[in-house]
Amino acid sequence: MTINEKQDELIADFSLMENWMDKYEYIIQLGKELPLIDEQYKTDDNLIKGCQSRVWLHTELKDGKLYFTGDSDAVITKGLISLMIAALSGHTPAEIAATDVYFIDAIGLRSHLSPTRSNGLLSMLKQMKLYAVAYMAKQAN
Amino acid sequence: MQHISEIETTFDVERVRKDFPLLQQASVYGIPLVYLDNAATTQKPRVVLDILEQYYTGYNSNVHRGVHQLSQQATEAYEQARNTVAAYINAADSKEIIFTKGTTDSINLVASSFGRKYLQAGDVVLISAMEHHSNIVPWQIICEEKGAELKVIPINERGELRMDAFSQLLDDKVKIVAVTYVSNTLGTVNPVREIIAQAHARNIPVLLDAAQGIQHIAIDVQELQPDFLAFSGHKVYGPTGIGVLYGKEAWLDKMPPYQGGGDMIKTVTFAKTIYNQLPYKFEAGTPHIAGAIGLAAALDYVKQIGIDKIAHWEEQLQEYALQQLQQVEGIRFIGQAAHRAASISFLVDQIHPYDLGELLDKQGVAVRTGHHCTEPLMDIFQIPGTVRASLSLYNTFEDIDKLVAAVNKAAAMLK
Repeated sequence: MTINEKQDELIADFSLMENWMDKYEYIIQLGKELPLIDEQYKTDDNLIKGCQSRVWLHTELKDGKLYFTGDSDAVITKGLISLMIAALSGHTPAEIAATDVYFIDAIGLRSHLSPTRSNGLLSMLKQMKLYAVAYMAKQAN
Repeated sequence: MQHISEIETTFDVERVRKDFPLLQQASVYGIPLVYLDNAATTQKPRVVLDILEQYYTGYNSNVHRGVHQLSQQATEAYEQARNTVAAYINAADSKEIIFTKGTTDSINLVASSFGRKYLQAGDVVLISAMEHHSNIVPWQIICEEKGAELKVIPINERGELRMDAFSQLLDDKVKIVAVTYVSNTLGTVNPVREIIAQAHARNIPVLLDAAQGIQHIAIDVQELQPDFLAFSGHKVYGPTGIGVLYGKEAWLDKMPPYQGGGDMIKTVTFAKTIYNQLPYKFEAGTPHIAGAIGLAAALDYVKQIGIDKIAHWEEQLQEYALQQLQQVEGIRFIGQAAHRAASISFLVDQIHPYDLGELLDKQGVAVRTGHHCTEPLMDIFQIPGTVRASLSLYNTFEDIDKLVAAVNKAAAMLK
């Protein structure tokens, strides 16, 4: 599945939910299920400090594809990380770097990606793209 | 007790709510809004909105300069606003009222101007552990510049100032004490009378951050005797961008200007500038004219209802809120001072405050989450932040019920 196909699938999942509390119920569930980042990677280097909640992100390159694991001290943020990872993990750096992440907006969670939200999600997305670009540069060398 | 029941019958919250257009209209996600973020900013009554419109549609003009009719009208209204503020806090003279951008600006003014003149290497500025960043950072800046030291009055586990420690810290090296009247995070009302008495016994001036005090407590500066008092318009039902610095004339006279520019000068040549008299010495540039007029209208509004009645109503709401929230399983109050006003900070079990705030928002309840610009305080309590519900005169018992129900629902989802 391409990243955009995954995004469309997430949008379809959320379109079934009628109200905000249902959406959040789902996000919280995902947050609780998110495979925790390997403790050894929960370092300050991997910490993305938002104002309100903290986010850790670890990136690995396997067979030319990027795999992300993450964690947050806030479960809703964790659920949102889970969505982001579901969409982007397991793709090539080139695909990730070129992706326009539109599903967050489409499912009505755009405010979570606003710079004033300070929940670390926007920083995390930037970080994911930054890794992708960095790996691309590495591969090009 | 008769006095109290009298008050109860004369405070009509439903009538008060009708004065606030936003409360009549606002809904979030299709749910009527429960606004409990009043410590961040308050809503504005119709009288304030009307006067702003009247100013901009009727006599918008620059002050202190023009000879034309409108300018004189604006100047008169602006200076009348200063008189209203002076009367509201019972300042000895309206030239002791400096209009600023807000509390932060007021404190920066004192830190910079007083600090430049009176702070030297080895001197001490004394603040408290529960200060807002805006009563920490300006002092850090000037202390660093002057080689002075910033010392901190500690708090106990209930979130009250340790007055024993304060007395010990108060030595002759201290050049100014700057403390908050009411903690924006803990709701603690500090014993400012005693702080001022002890400081004055050593001839040390005191700055009070009244950003969370002015809207809840009657303040009479001639009786309380702070040397400086800072507050913001928008937290007392006035516009944003306008604030007040009250300073005793004796201090303000001796202090150098904070910013240079128009209006703060008497004569300017390239060789030398003669500064204007008080209060204009500290009001460089075109002031927030509409803001000042709006703030005066807000204070008039408060005065008309009566700050004591407001305080009494808010006290009842606070008692009820504490009582009802106490029933929430796993709740922990951050700040349990005996004497408190309006702000209630809490956490539920191990739930992150951000998660709780997010789900309260989605249920139409507006609270603030995070460190509330008091990071050092969060470090003391070793928490990432709190959920803070803060009350105002237009809140109702029903608002509290909705808050508690929303907290219960959110906690159930997050556990």
